[in-house]
Amino acid sequence: MKRVYPDKDFCIGCHICELACLTAHSQSKDLILAYTVERGQSGASSCKHVHEAGPTCVALSCRHCDEPSCVAACISGALQKDPETGRTVYNRDKCVGCWSCLMACPYGAIARHPLEAKIVKCDLCFDRPGGPACVAACPNKALKQEER
Amino acid sequence: MTYVIIGNGVASIGAIEGIRRHDPKGQIVIIGAEDAAAYGRPLISYLLAGKIGPERLALRGDDYYVKNGVELKLGTTATNIDTVKKTVTTDKGETVKYDRLLIATGGIPFVPPIPGVQGPDIYSFTTLAHANTLIELSSKIKRAIVIGGGLIGLKAAESLHDRGVGVTILELAPRILSGGFDEKAGKLAANRLKNVGIEVNCGVTAKEIQRTKEGRVKGVLLTDGRFLECDVVVVAIGVVPHSALAKEAGIKVERGIMVDGKLMTNAKDVYAAGDVAQAMDQLSGEHRVVPIWPNAYNQGYASGRNMAGAKLPYLGGLPMNSISFYGLPTISVGTVNPPDGDKNYEVHALLDEEKETYRKLVFRDGKLVGYVLVGDIDKGGMYTAFIKFEMPLAGEAKDKLINAGPEVFLWPAELFDETWNPEPAKAAR
Repeated sequence: MKRVYPDKDFCIGCHICELACLTAHSQSKDLILAYTVERGQSGASSCKHVHEAGPTCVALSCRHCDEPSCVAACISGALQKDPETGRTVYNRDKCVGCWSCLMACPYGAIARHPLEAKIVKCDLCFDRPGGPACVAACPNKALKQEER
Repeated sequence: MTYVIIGNGVASIGAIEGIRRHDPKGQIVIIGAEDAAAYGRPLISYLLAGKIGPERLALRGDDYYVKNGVELKLGTTATNIDTVKKTVTTDKGETVKYDRLLIATGGIPFVPPIPGVQGPDIYSFTTLAHANTLIELSSKIKRAIVIGGGLIGLKAAESLHDRGVGVTILELAPRILSGGFDEKAGKLAANRLKNVGIEVNCGVTAKEIQRTKEGRVKGVLLTDGRFLECDVVVVAIGVVPHSALAKEAGIKVERGIMVDGKLMTNAKDVYAAGDVAQAMDQLSGEHRVVPIWPNAYNQGYASGRNMAGAKLPYLGGLPMNSISFYGLPTISVGTVNPPDGDKNYEVHALLDEEKETYRKLVFRDGKLVGYVLVGDIDKGGMYTAFIKFEMPLAGEAKDKLINAGPEVFLWPAELFDETWNPEPAKAAR
């Protein structure tokens, strides 16, 4: 299964991946509207997060683990593994906002939605032509989608 | 290969998924006493509170069992296990043969021998049936007393309150949530409950449940001498492993069913997982019953893959709870109440009563072994990593964790690279 691997040696901390992710998951699919309107109005967010410590930075998101801690912790079945695609899939409608997944995921891949009792987690841009928006947007090849 | 699983809770779901990862063909039979597809047990408090409807309870989709080749025998209780003949007998008179057996019968509510506890109007709160009973009752009763100020008790109290019932909680310990939380976190949670009108009484419990001459509950005489009127009593002191079946079959049971690193009992090809099992607990290095939702799934999963032939040990679970009280989120992971005066532990705690935030970090031998977060829970998982992967935190790294919070660059370099940017063909999962 192809996953997105981040390379901290290539990451320059520009945050363009976060903007691309935000746009890809917005309603308007327009960066300006997503950033200036949708973020505040509907809590549109990026699933990608740049971590920085001094000069070092890297952009992280859900690893779609083969044996996810979040699926084990989920009390409602909102998080499940899809054996066909290998993705860790989030069903928003089933989620009750208990934050067990946020607690269990040791990769910090799960965030609280800014407005609702729901979570925000990378979905590998499964329905985006061209695949993950972050990989496409990175100007320095710090994000690679590969089979490893 | 026939896998028989007694129990239809989250450990059983884990087992199905563990088995299917290694054995797509073997027959799986589930014997479940409850007459429902596996449901998210913690959801019963959301159901009782009116926050969700019954259609949200099932853990997996409608086609899950069919897609995974699982035969369900619901509303069926296993009555006997013959570990020699390798059969399970049910209350429907069936004898089911197994190649591998998983006992995942969970826990049953502990009801203490309080005088007057026998008889009507006394309820537990651990199953869907209990929740449905309380839902029906809630429109007819005025006041409930909940015995137990732990997770189940508080959720029962909150949910009944949301249904319009007046609630009083009785907790024997000096504070509520004495298990997974500490005094300060417990107080923040108690404040939220008190603010909505739920009465919280600590350091006291029920001495006697008093009944009318018709035998209906009248009220509760407390250990401090007060008498409180009520219509029903909810007993929420805790659960104990439902291990009778294993005991009768001659399987080794201490507090729970004893299992090894592969979740196997002392009976060949018989495994146990979930609230009924006494399995490796990571932090103590001992076999303990740790009835926590993710542990049940993970033990189920580990037993499943081992039953299917993958010899992959279960390295141990962590106690962890994520629970909100009227909008105040709380998370507790690992060892959060180290023994007083034990110099091996180092505790860092920061409380802001006004903002209702709290963070407690517990270190042992230079590693993070526990944390509590109230209010600002967003970095929870990042703290969990340090505990789960037992990352050493020397000097500067530990200070950074305490002062600036958990950061992925505090991870040992090798672990970081292995995790996020592994060499092709060495990729860990």
